[in-house]
Amino acid sequence: MDKTGTEQISANTIGEVKSQVSTWRAFTGTLKRDLLLVFRRRSDIVNPLLFFSIAVTLFPLGISPEPEFLSEIAAGVLWVAALLATLLSLDSLFQQDMADGSLEQLVISPHPLSVLVLSKVLVHWLVTGLPLTLLAPLLAVMMFLPDEGFGTLFITLLLGTPTLSLIGAIGAALTVGLRRTGVLLTLLILPLYIPVLIFGTGAVTAAANGMDVLGHLAILGAMFMVALVMAPLAAGAALKISLNG
Amino acid sequence: MFDKFVAWFHRMGSPKWFYEITGRWIPWFGAAAVIFLLVGTVWGLAFAPQDYQQGNSFRIIYIHVPAAILAQSIFFAMAIAGGIGLIWKMKVADMVARSCAPIGATMTFVALFTGAVWGKPTWGAWWVWDARLTSMLILLFLYFGVIALQSAFDSKQSAARASAILSLVGVVNIPIIKYSVEWWNTLHQPATFTLTEKPAMPVEMWLPLLVMVIGFYCFFATVLMMRTRNEILEREKRTQWVQGLLSKK
Repeated sequence: MDKTGTEQISANTIGEVKSQVSTWRAFTGTLKRDLLLVFRRRSDIVNPLLFFSIAVTLFPLGISPEPEFLSEIAAGVLWVAALLATLLSLDSLFQQDMADGSLEQLVISPHPLSVLVLSKVLVHWLVTGLPLTLLAPLLAVMMFLPDEGFGTLFITLLLGTPTLSLIGAIGAALTVGLRRTGVLLTLLILPLYIPVLIFGTGAVTAAANGMDVLGHLAILGAMFMVALVMAPLAAGAALKISLNG
Repeated sequence: MFDKFVAWFHRMGSPKWFYEITGRWIPWFGAAAVIFLLVGTVWGLAFAPQDYQQGNSFRIIYIHVPAAILAQSIFFAMAIAGGIGLIWKMKVADMVARSCAPIGATMTFVALFTGAVWGKPTWGAWWVWDARLTSMLILLFLYFGVIALQSAFDSKQSAARASAILSLVGVVNIPIIKYSVEWWNTLHQPATFTLTEKPAMPVEMWLPLLVMVIGFYCFFATVLMMRTRNEILEREKRTQWVQGLLSKK
């Protein structure tokens, strides 16, 4: 058989494998599997929320329970607490799959790794970012956030937490093969979170003062879009490195 | 011309060749660094005119601005070297990227420190939570992250690749630093130097600054080559040419 023939056959075989399971089905399959795993270990959902609530509670106790003072810092406290809660939940993103070997299967599958990573990140957001966003208004009441700020807080968290999950995936992927990851992950990821924090709290503060927030929201949206495109690629490349090391 | 460049690029990928050629370059770059830094320092500190508002305290600009420029360019250099290492799997590029990080972190620290010293007489405070200062601080944290990641891996190859990805991601931060001045429009004065516009400072003030910037770049090149050569010796210590080199001395 000549060379082109062999190439054609191998191309066909790869094509067949791909046609058996489309990339979209691989995406939804990973999504379903991860969601199922999370629902069997519900503490993964509850713990970040508990952390979020407790961290927010510390501020009135530690600084001052004065309503005027709290209403001023409410946006910042809520955002910082949400950011830290997301950060602490990042461990669960790849660690378990690394331990049971399914991460390797994802890497050697014929589908683009970035798509599979994106589906894992989506699950991470569904079980941490989204609940945090839903819980935030309740804590905002306790922090005396001005009424004008509520809608904006909700929207900024809705736009910002996916960005946090996406950027966090890069850090989680870089550190998944290492033994003690907690502090290192914080060191890697928190600097990258700062722009999101600035614009998130900036928007809520602006809204509470009755100013226009569209510019802030646009930048948050832009950061989300950039992260959506770039972060899965970077995280995929990082996963391959972590598995080799 | 392009073929020659490609051939040169490929030769640079060989640790042995890189070691030899940089051994010949270091004296030149080192001498240039000493001359430029000496001339720039004396000119800037002794002969440049006083600022009409800030008096003599503005003279720290001759350290502050070059260090800040270097802090950012070194991050770029590190990311580019890391990218080359990732794409073409060049060991030398990995080593260059690794050697960049501590120098860059030092430059960032120097920029922050001199900024604080300068801020006290001009703004009345050591530290101001201004966008530019803050993003410089973030840059320092990014450098620390890269350094921490480099030392976290057992395998040098994985360490180099992982930190290359992190520095490529971190490069996203550099435009934020650059444009933060315009975005937030705060206390900090806008960039002193732009290539496209005529500087607002008088010539006698910015010429020594230019000399200092060139001197800092030469200094960086010298230190980078020295660090990379050390890195090469350490990683290639089992090869014959390093063994030969060591037994000769």
